[in-house]
Amino acid sequence: MPKITLTVNNEPVTRDVEARTLLSELIREELKLTGTHIGCDTSQCGACTVQVNGQPVKSCSMLAVQANGADVLTIEGHGDGETLTPLQNALHEHHGLQCGFCTPGMVLTADALLRDNPDPSEEDIRHELEGNICRCTGYQNIVEAVLAAAKTMRG
Amino acid sequence: MQDFSFKKPDSLDAAVAALEAQEDGIYLAGGQTILPVMKFGLAEPTGVVDLSGIADLVKIEVTDKVVSIGAMTTHAAVAASVDIRRALPGLADLAGLIGDPQVRNRGTLGGSIANNDPSADYPAAVLALNATVVTNRREITADDFFVDMFETALEDGEIITRVDFPITDCAAYAKFANPASRYAVAGVFVAKRNAKTDGGVRVAVTGAGPVVFRVPDMEAALDGDFSPDAIKNISVPADGLNNDIHASAEYRSHLIGVMAERAIKTAKETNNKGGGAQ
Repeated sequence: MPKITLTVNNEPVTRDVEARTLLSELIREELKLTGTHIGCDTSQCGACTVQVNGQPVKSCSMLAVQANGADVLTIEGHGDGETLTPLQNALHEHHGLQCGFCTPGMVLTADALLRDNPDPSEEDIRHELEGNICRCTGYQNIVEAVLAAAKTMRG
Repeated sequence: MQDFSFKKPDSLDAAVAALEAQEDGIYLAGGQTILPVMKFGLAEPTGVVDLSGIADLVKIEVTDKVVSIGAMTTHAAVAASVDIRRALPGLADLAGLIGDPQVRNRGTLGGSIANNDPSADYPAAVLALNATVVTNRREITADDFFVDMFETALEDGEIITRVDFPITDCAAYAKFANPASRYAVAGVFVAKRNAKTDGGVRVAVTGAGPVVFRVPDMEAALDGDFSPDAIKNISVPADGLNNDIHASAEYRSHLIGVMAERAIKTAKETNNKGGGAQ
């Protein structure tokens, strides 16, 4: 079995994995980081989004071996787990989630967006969140939350 | 997904050797199509040869005549390239419309055209811009590259290394995207080229037929008058177009005209703003 070494939420991880192991399976079943959700498992919904080397990707559509040497961030590594990040706080304030299933992926995509574009327009946000499907909110409050988070983060 | 052997060679020759060593091997580029296909059991390779370890395959080079893009360059990198946006803004725009951000961060130019999905975006740009597909063995012109649905001129073991897009004075892409997958229900890339020296305007349609195709009637009309009005009365017959749950052949036929007009309009605006190269 291939041996892989990567960083997950700033912790070094080394594992022997079957080549067919998906990154999402490594994260959830091996590392027990179940904040990464599997929605469709067909690369459509974006619930399984994590950041690989800072870029959002669908972890159900990437092999664990492809993440060998990479720096992976899951929702458990977003913020310190004690204090809400500006993005988490804005989602709370603007009621940007209902069932919450899509939220981890939504947060990691929006987090990367705000890093690349600290002052996004509503159109920018809608374009960048196209890969994350939410069946509850109708997106309006999510978009408002990202706009608000951007404003807070710009200070 | 059934298990397979995994190799990540660091050279083209090593990649070819690794594939040949397999009974049923495949090359892996960004994986945004092949991995979901393998999860469905529609492909069950015995070996996967990952091309991401070959450094030469990721690059963007822009001269005054050609935009050259390495096969393993991601859609996100093409969309974000200032040089490509300056030289061929329509190509950068197209890359930014593929799938969604997560797909663009993994998916590659070479993977897209090697797969030749009838609804993929890149084939329209490659064909309309008369690009050259360069492989580890030869150069293939766009007109010869796309053969049929999911079928290209690539031979067993052949690897796309880069695609060279000639720079034209204005070009643009417009697509009607499936709202869920973002694949093109119909997408049209229009490239204005000098009729005397470069063979004239090229119009390429993706998403609507079994494989990307050109529309000679529109091209001829646009050679005389590069404007949306010039193609108002030209339509592509619904016969032979894709007919599925997403759109009927008649609807796709209609969309080709609408998307072509939008692409022409965008191309002209881009050119007028001085965004296009000479």
